[in-house]
Amino acid sequence: MSILVNKDTRLVVQGITGKEGSFHAQQMMDYGTAVVAGVTPGKGGQEHLGVPVRNTVREAVEQDGANTSVIFVPPPFAADAVLEAADAGIELVICITEGIPVQDMIPVKPYLDKKGVRMIGPNCPGVLTPGDNVKVGIMPTMIFSPGNVGVVSRSGTLTYEAVDQLTRAGLGQSTAVGIGGDPIIGTQFLDAIQLFNEDPETEAIVMIGEIGGSAEEAAAAYVKEHVDKPVFGFIAGRTAPPGRRMGHAGAIVSGGEGTAEAKLEAMRDAGITTVINLAELGDTVKAHFESVA
Amino acid sequence: MKVHEYQAKEILAQHGVAVQRGIVADTVEEAVQAAETMAADGVTQFVVKAQIHAGGRGKGGGVKFTPSIDGVRPNAEEILGMTLVTPQTGPEGQLVQKVLVTAAEDIAHEYYVGVTLDRAKGMDVIMASTEGGVEIEEVAAATPEKIVKVHVDPSIGLRPYQVNEIASALGFEGQALKEAKKFIAALYRAYRQSDATTAEINPLVRTEDGRVVALDAKIELDENALFRHPDLAEMRDVAEEEPLEVEASKHNLNYIKLDGNVGCMVNGAGLAMGTMDLIKLAGGEPANFLDVGGTASPQTVEAGFRIIQSDPNVKAILVNIFGGIVRCDRVAKGVVEAASNMDLTVPLIVRLQGTNAEEGMQILKESGLPIESAIRLQEAADKVTAALNA
Repeated sequence: MSILVNKDTRLVVQGITGKEGSFHAQQMMDYGTAVVAGVTPGKGGQEHLGVPVRNTVREAVEQDGANTSVIFVPPPFAADAVLEAADAGIELVICITEGIPVQDMIPVKPYLDKKGVRMIGPNCPGVLTPGDNVKVGIMPTMIFSPGNVGVVSRSGTLTYEAVDQLTRAGLGQSTAVGIGGDPIIGTQFLDAIQLFNEDPETEAIVMIGEIGGSAEEAAAAYVKEHVDKPVFGFIAGRTAPPGRRMGHAGAIVSGGEGTAEAKLEAMRDAGITTVINLAELGDTVKAHFESVA
Repeated sequence: MKVHEYQAKEILAQHGVAVQRGIVADTVEEAVQAAETMAADGVTQFVVKAQIHAGGRGKGGGVKFTPSIDGVRPNAEEILGMTLVTPQTGPEGQLVQKVLVTAAEDIAHEYYVGVTLDRAKGMDVIMASTEGGVEIEEVAAATPEKIVKVHVDPSIGLRPYQVNEIASALGFEGQALKEAKKFIAALYRAYRQSDATTAEINPLVRTEDGRVVALDAKIELDENALFRHPDLAEMRDVAEEEPLEVEASKHNLNYIKLDGNVGCMVNGAGLAMGTMDLIKLAGGEPANFLDVGGTASPQTVEAGFRIIQSDPNVKAILVNIFGGIVRCDRVAKGVVEAASNMDLTVPLIVRLQGTNAEEGMQILKESGLPIESAIRLQEAADKVTAALNA
């Protein structure tokens, strides 16, 4: 078991003939992901990397049986690509594209909710389930090992750091989810933690948050009420000054909201083990497993 | 992206928002001319306002009223060229290079109205209050019941009844109610159509003669949407930005200058923040945020080193790269090439982890350059501590 992506994932790559889409489609195939088609409007009928290229996502669903989509299209067209996937019957849309205007994303989320479609991202590294050798996105595969720790993070390289430390500590992962660094994202910490909580294979959850917004606080409140599995939390940006946007569009402390201290406090209150020194993340989780063994 | 008050008012006026009359000026002579132009239309009292991106200008002496046109020249002389220190500029202040000369209004009441994104709900929210002219955060903390909030459901947009609810909650009546409704609807239109992330009017005023106008205006634009607003993109004023940040943006580096003593260069925004925090735990203070993104070529690494090192406070540099798609051996070559091309005057600690990390370490070792390398994060932190204590 795992969450979101597994052996049943049949992936269509939106933007497969572009530089990024092409490179990562190959990487995903090499890892073992079932890439069944690509979409580039106007290039339907061609073959690329050994899979058919379609003009529309609907064709990829009807002709190739795609059930999951990953989006590498440029920012001006990305919101439309998400809506197209949802409308074509895709169940899970993972949007890697960084730099989508906020106003473009506002109507997307309620539309997906109405359709019952889940989105991961945008501006995210994707999802990877090592036990099934399935990756959807851009995560480096060699740091992963199969196991029972669920990882959820807003940031790409911080996800890799966490996964790498876990693997080095002898702790494999059930699934790693990068939810994205934008102000509006499809799947929040709370949603991912709920999925991990319901996944029998996941025995512990690591959440890597950062300053800005209040999603970590909402997740902490959920953990307090509903989660009995051990949860470990880190918040990046304790030293970031207020009012400055730290790279991610969503990473900003404004009007006193979104501080690292408030998030850490909410997490501690929920019984989440907080990690202050990033370098100690893997060892902290390992110490927990050793203490219960 | 921040814009000046006068630019925000231009954007608002284009969308039909009633803004206080004003003319921007770069020199004292232009300021006097601006006042004369307005005087010809019957304006008798003026306010000269410093145009800098930071707020709190009045507190620092950057906003001056004069009851007659004769006061415009001395006010403009005083403000133009001054280094204005406000609660938002930091102690170093900001040089004033433009002023806005405006018609002074006889104010009956000051209100607040602002539009921004409610991240938790994923929709725009309009906030308004009868307590204008003060920081809205202060109102929210002390008297939250005095703030009315209306969310805009994206499936139906902002509805007339909602506009009426806001204006009525603010106590507008008669002709002023009509004007206030028109104002709020136009403000939201301006926010949406310019892809703003914030549009804030503080204060919005009702004048003694019953008009409803924006006395001040603050707009921040979504940088990701500037591609479809070339006219707004031109409003960027690099003179208001930290010179090192402007230089970094030319190399596609995401750099933010901070006040610490350890520079850092990292791939990825989250890991960059995590690295700053690690520097603090290692006994230093981060001198910057710097995300080199996914490439880390010799050119970008060298540009990054030069920018970090031009900050005289920097006592050590920590490079932290988690190689995923970008391979560590390539990053190591970039670091070596950059370090050989320039005179590195402070200790350099390079932590490479991920794809081909061992090969990367080897390249650093064989370079013969005085580079401390690390694979585990804690090792890198310890080496930062050692460098600071050396």
